[in-house]
Amino acid sequence: MLSIKDLYVSVEGMEILKGINLEVKPGEVHAIMGPNGSGKSTLANVLAGKEEYEVTSGSVLFDGEDLLDKAPEDRAKDGLFLSFQYPVEIPGVPMVNFLKSAVNEHRKHKGEKELTAGEFLKLMREKMDMVDMHPNLTNRSVNEGFSGGEKKKNEIFQMALLEPRLAILDETDSGLDIDALKTVANGVNALRSPERSAIVVTHYQRLLDYIVPDFVHILYKGKIVKTAGKELALELEEKGYDWIKTEN
Amino acid sequence: MEDQDKILSEVTQGEYKYGFVTDIETEIIEKGLSEDVIRLISAKKEEPEFMLNFRLDAYRRWLKMKMPNWAYLKVPPIDFQAISYYAAPKKKAQYESLDEVDPELLETFNKLGIPLEEQKHLAGVAVDAVIDSVSVKTTFKETLAEKGIIFCSFSEAVKEHPELVQKYLGQAVPVADNYFAALNSAVFSDGSFCYIPKGVRCPMELSTYFRINAANTGQFERTLIVADDDSYVSYLEGCTAPMRDENQLHAAVVEIIALDRAEVKYSTVQNWYPGDKNGKGGIYNFVTKRGVCRGVSSKISWTQVETGSAITWKYPSCILMGDNSVGEFNSVAVTNNYQQADTGSKMIHIGKNTKSTIISKGISAGKSDNSYRGLVKILPGAKNSRNFSQCDSLLLNDTCGAHTFPYIEVGNKSSVVEHEATTSKIGEDQIFYCNQRGIDTEMAIGMIVNGYAKEVLNKLPMEFAVEAQKLLQISLEGSVG
Repeated sequence: MLSIKDLYVSVEGMEILKGINLEVKPGEVHAIMGPNGSGKSTLANVLAGKEEYEVTSGSVLFDGEDLLDKAPEDRAKDGLFLSFQYPVEIPGVPMVNFLKSAVNEHRKHKGEKELTAGEFLKLMREKMDMVDMHPNLTNRSVNEGFSGGEKKKNEIFQMALLEPRLAILDETDSGLDIDALKTVANGVNALRSPERSAIVVTHYQRLLDYIVPDFVHILYKGKIVKTAGKELALELEEKGYDWIKTEN
Repeated sequence: MEDQDKILSEVTQGEYKYGFVTDIETEIIEKGLSEDVIRLISAKKEEPEFMLNFRLDAYRRWLKMKMPNWAYLKVPPIDFQAISYYAAPKKKAQYESLDEVDPELLETFNKLGIPLEEQKHLAGVAVDAVIDSVSVKTTFKETLAEKGIIFCSFSEAVKEHPELVQKYLGQAVPVADNYFAALNSAVFSDGSFCYIPKGVRCPMELSTYFRINAANTGQFERTLIVADDDSYVSYLEGCTAPMRDENQLHAAVVEIIALDRAEVKYSTVQNWYPGDKNGKGGIYNFVTKRGVCRGVSSKISWTQVETGSAITWKYPSCILMGDNSVGEFNSVAVTNNYQQADTGSKMIHIGKNTKSTIISKGISAGKSDNSYRGLVKILPGAKNSRNFSQCDSLLLNDTCGAHTFPYIEVGNKSSVVEHEATTSKIGEDQIFYCNQRGIDTEMAIGMIVNGYAKEVLNKLPMEFAVEAQKLLQISLEGSVG
């Protein structure tokens, strides 16, 4: 599904990713862990197509097509979703309008009929239950006045609506209490299927108790320095990142 | 939301949508301005003597005045002798039914998306359509007449209700108020007149569509709205103009008089040709709009969405004479490419316990300049008065400009004036967030800008709000590189 080969990425002339290789097959969940500044968020953002990240060499294929060549909105419509670490506020734009546009852009892309307001509201209610979103939130402007936890839930709610084939969760667990964490994890797990994959970027093992990964990668100084099964996360939790730092 | 989808699909269409010229036989008098021309206009319109005197007085004062240059605008020299001051469709001006109306004219309305035949059936909207200076069709007149409401062309008002016109004309905007108001007072061709009698709540929105049509004809509209004691009216003005290469001058005057406890809401969507991408062509819009809250507890609110014109010079104002009277100004002004706008409001507090609010949202793109200029003046006698002003500017790139020129004069110690201002650039992060959800940049900007302007758009009557949203989106097309 996703195939990253020897990816080098710079931001403002500084090299952040130094040769990333990663294969994600349909149905797999990959966790990417690592200390601050190792390049985790850069990887998430470069896959989503954020402008200021410059790919200096390497390639990324998504379903066999060159991902890096595509505009961010086309990547999204092809089924790549990024749950933002810091979801931005858009004052004055009601959540419900924003989401309806997003869903209908996806549907148009797939050649499906656009949803009417009524159909959309029905779909929205369904998905809200899934992540335990308070109905009032969708009447507010996008992320405006949302608490940290609500913003993260809102990301998962959007993911549930858009049903991406590859979801990238960029530190979705940060700032969440244990109940919110469970809710978020439940939302992600509900979407798991043999066709859908996820990349979970996190600092802590905690989230991986609830979203059990098939693979754990450790990113350090722009490179994946270790890859193993879910037990790697536990080992990391026990030994701390110093273990990685001394080894590399 | 359905409308929003429609807007979005319309956004993908290119240049100025309303650029076409209707081919109607037009009677135009020779170019140039003199006392003879003014006498000719007045004679053609069969005006009573007080009108001719009003015009001549204005003209003589105008001759002694200079074009104002204090605005943050670069205005090319205007040759007032190269303008024809009167153009009227040759055919009979007033029609009994739509069948009598020139089909070309109806087609114009169809292109604008405001077919009169539909408008007639539309609930609650009466249309006084002004094409090139002479009113062609007034609908819903009978319904209004039952309530004693007068809504007609200005010329008709001069003929049918000269006492009202004479009593109120020039009361809000004196003949020599400013250069362009004086010019308008001298040569205005037609416009709308509206009178709401005592205690009457106008049952529908009154709506006027203006349209500049004949080449090289300055348009000098005159609107006078009088709301008698305890009355209410909501008035809509919408504008589009055909595309032209040469610049066209527009100098309108709108006067509102609100008597005791009367309320007037005046909403404008202005979408005149702004010139092309290189700044060629476009309308010069020098408008004087002023309301006088003459009665106690009266209220006048101006709401405007300005997306058009090459140059906009416009300060809808309120003079709060009556005790406890209220003035409001809500504005969204968009400039793109080489457009220049210097717009804002004046709130003059004279009566006690008067209140005013100014909400201004400027949006600049391209190489345009967008200025807010406002005066809040509280006279010594206006005890316990309040003003709140909020002036926000949103920049879409690094080549446009936003400027704020607030003037505040407070003449007593019991009044409170608050002024808030922000300037921000559209967030790359906001656009990326939309992109990541499958929404392209053009659409994202439309959403973000509409969100930013929402506070003002919400004040517009429903049918106008939708049009305004479309305009915001259309006028910012191609503004992101």
